[in-house]
Amino acid sequence: MLALYRDGADWRLELRGDWSLGNLERIEVELKALAGPLAGHLTCDWSQALNPGIGTVWALLTRLAYLGGSQLTVRQEGHPPQTVELLHKLNLELCTARGKRTVAVRAHEGAVGALGRWTVLQATEAGRLLEFFGRIAAVLGSTFSHVRMLRFPSIMRHLRETGVTAVPIVSLIAFLISVVVAYLGAQQLARFGATIFVVDLVTIAVLREMGVLLTAIIVAGRSGSAFAAEIGAMQLNEEVDALRAMGLNPIELLVVPRVLALMIALPCLTIIADATGLAGGGLLSLVQLHIPLSQFTVRLREALSPTTFWAGLVKAPVFALLIGMVGAYRGMQVRGSARDLGRLTTMAVVQSIFMVIFADAMFAVLFVQINF
Amino acid sequence: MAAQAESPQAESTPIVRVRGLVSRFGTQVVHDGLSFDVRPNQIMGIVGGSGAGKSVLLRTILGLREPQAGTIEIYGRDIRRLSAAERLAMVRSYGVTFQNGALISSLNVAQNIQLPLRESYSMSEDALDDLVQLNLSLVGLAPDAAEKYPAQLSGGMVKRAALARALALEPRLLFLDEPTSGLDPISAADFDALLLYLHAELKLTVVMITHDLDSLFRICDRVGVIVAGRMISDTLPGLLANTNPWIHEYFHGPRARGAKLAADTRTARDPHG
Repeated sequence: MLALYRDGADWRLELRGDWSLGNLERIEVELKALAGPLAGHLTCDWSQALNPGIGTVWALLTRLAYLGGSQLTVRQEGHPPQTVELLHKLNLELCTARGKRTVAVRAHEGAVGALGRWTVLQATEAGRLLEFFGRIAAVLGSTFSHVRMLRFPSIMRHLRETGVTAVPIVSLIAFLISVVVAYLGAQQLARFGATIFVVDLVTIAVLREMGVLLTAIIVAGRSGSAFAAEIGAMQLNEEVDALRAMGLNPIELLVVPRVLALMIALPCLTIIADATGLAGGGLLSLVQLHIPLSQFTVRLREALSPTTFWAGLVKAPVFALLIGMVGAYRGMQVRGSARDLGRLTTMAVVQSIFMVIFADAMFAVLFVQINF
Repeated sequence: MAAQAESPQAESTPIVRVRGLVSRFGTQVVHDGLSFDVRPNQIMGIVGGSGAGKSVLLRTILGLREPQAGTIEIYGRDIRRLSAAERLAMVRSYGVTFQNGALISSLNVAQNIQLPLRESYSMSEDALDDLVQLNLSLVGLAPDAAEKYPAQLSGGMVKRAALARALALEPRLLFLDEPTSGLDPISAADFDALLLYLHAELKLTVVMITHDLDSLFRICDRVGVIVAGRMISDTLPGLLANTNPWIHEYFHGPRARGAKLAADTRTARDPHG
């Protein structure tokens, strides 16, 4: 690509071959191989070079400036590319740009520091989420006096999207999981000759815990992420700012209808999950354990205490509130970039599932204490 | 690279040649036999009413949309009859900026400029950084803009950063979609000056969609007007004399008169403009 000759007291640099941007790597290697320091006069001969681009010319000029500094005067001949002049005009501080590149050095941080940073971050996050909850509560509070603020069309739309369309997947999963529980339970109970207690197992497990918990987790994955992504995309598009600028409250318009719809949809979905779960248990008992359906229902009534069904169902609105709130909150946090949107949507799902399970544990302790 | 190679007759053949282009969306006909040429080293402005199909035209030329009929040649080669490799070489040989910049929001400006370079060529990190600085200074952005993310840039900086990314592969041909829309008059005038400068220094051919009458009068050698699905392209004086009602309204409306007046005074004051 290039060859450097001594030409009397001066230097002569012959440039050959294809000097387009695609060859920059080869050109750089050969430029690096040039030995310095150079002094005096140097003539660049472009007569054998093809397609010189601006990037390669710049690499040459910076290298020559680095090798020669003020000791070297460079002359171009043989149809030098026009870009040489342009580059001189741009007045780039030749070859200094590379040195100026700053590498962000992060101060070494001990484990204690990291823990502290994490704690502060989590505490502020918790505070913000609480504030967000407060805003939602405030809007809900004022809807008692202004029913119009409830935005029924919007609630109906979200009820359809989060509730009705989730029915098939929720029923299927509840059915399959309770079949699995009944099947595994029966194998254990058969050792004691107590297979009939499979009915108790399925009834209590599905109604108290699994129906509502599974539904909540599915809904967190479906709708929690949808809330975060929808509101986040609106943030990116400045739609949320536009609402604020029009004097509209985004919490009232975007968040409350979603949360309310979810608080209606999740209990309904839970009831459906309970029903299909019991159906799954009944079917397995019939096919695998040869317990006829009539006996199954009798045993089911005996196993039920008055509170079993309600102990599952009362958790549903709470889970719905958590899922809806976390999803909407993360969506509102999106700023600027598409990556932010993905990160916060992921976070919304993970955190809402975590909060659902955490709340479920709290409920379990509470119900034991009050003997519910 | 072959597409960029200069040959003696390249000067006479148009760089972009569109013939009989038909674009339809269902029953709605946007382009109905649209034809035009862009000659080397021209700055061609494309104007037309809202919904006339300017952006559709650009997307079709870029191969982002299949036309219903017609041929599109860039550097004398039909863009629809290229192998995958030729197509890639073709795409890399021109630069494009989109209306809203279309910078990748999760990458900073330096990474945005490096993206086409990294994907097209292998080169050292130092060379990539140097090219970022080079392209930033070409479009008149300060070196520290490199570390900023698109969300942190002003509207004018986004346009310039997008132009820097379009220039990264050293194209001979630039397609610009409303490069000065949304800019204040001073930034828009600066951007026009920048385009003129790059046009002169890098021997660029530019095809730009614009609604900015000032830049139309100031920098375009030739203007194509999309009227009723066809293109009427002419020099500005020719279009000013055109009798088509829409074109007459466009170039003789109150805004056009002001822009023309400004352009005329500028030329009168500084004949080298």
